[in-house]
Amino acid sequence: MKSDHVVSIKLYSAIFGALLVMTLATAGAAFIDLGGNLNTVVAMLIAACKALLVILFFMHVRYSSRLTWVFVGAGFFWLMILLSLTLADVLSRRWLPTVVG
Amino acid sequence: MSDSSIVHAHQFDDAEQQHEASWLGMWVFLATEVMFFGGMFLGYTIYRSTYPEAFADASNHLDIWLGTINTAVLIGSSFTMALAVRSAQLGARKPLVRFLILTLVLGALFLGIKFTEYYAKIEEHLVPGSNFSYAGPLGRAAQIFFSFYFAMTGMHALHMIIGLALLTALIVKAGRGRFSSVYNTPVELVGLYWHFVDIVWIFLFPLLYLVGRHLQ
Repeated sequence: MKSDHVVSIKLYSAIFGALLVMTLATAGAAFIDLGGNLNTVVAMLIAACKALLVILFFMHVRYSSRLTWVFVGAGFFWLMILLSLTLADVLSRRWLPTVVG
Repeated sequence: MSDSSIVHAHQFDDAEQQHEASWLGMWVFLATEVMFFGGMFLGYTIYRSTYPEAFADASNHLDIWLGTINTAVLIGSSFTMALAVRSAQLGARKPLVRFLILTLVLGALFLGIKFTEYYAKIEEHLVPGSNFSYAGPLGRAAQIFFSFYFAMTGMHALHMIIGLALLTALIVKAGRGRFSSVYNTPVELVGLYWHFVDIVWIFLFPLLYLVGRHLQ
């Protein structure tokens, strides 16, 4: 069975090491002023990379069936709908002058 | 692995189909969890974009070192959980029990550090409510930040506590030899849950602890 793929201890250890390095990198980068919103962008990019490693290897998605990929992708896709449509409304409200009455 | 010796429920063709259904069911549940936490992340994003200075200032009241250590502890617990699932797949009973206990200990350590932080915040009057006190003009908006801090880390901690209960049940069952290389679905599914809770923290850590360090 595909989802029963046994991952080697070596690969798990490498993922664990990469996650620790990225944790230290994100904490370290937080002290450097990168200017503008770049600090947030870098922090979220590192977090996304960490999450991707956990999902693909620790959660075995890399070795799972196509149907599992669809289910995982659907969860992510609906989260993006939630975030993008709401923020598109809320953040763009301030672009226009407020009309009272 | 359509071994006819594995017991499967009558609605399934074979054990493999049953296994696949369990995995998909767990992922559907995790997708609802993504929506649940997604709402809080969305609320956080809206208020942070409204009060960026207050969120940066309030974030600096959190202990970045305890936060970093806790992130490492939780990632370590995900690592041991992955090794527990691997042991279950190989049918290695003693390593399975050992890795599950290690995961439980690291999870408890995470909660211990978390509650130490909560205690410090109570002492510093940073819990939103009538006792909240915050020097400077950003106090009102800072209270919003701490509302999100307690709601999001609190919900995360609740998921950790549920995870510890699930791990305890697994340790008892694994000790009795209920899992083998052909049947270990509960270990795998609790593993998925545990990794999901880890991922939530991977995003909570930079969003709560690392907002304003570079401005100090």
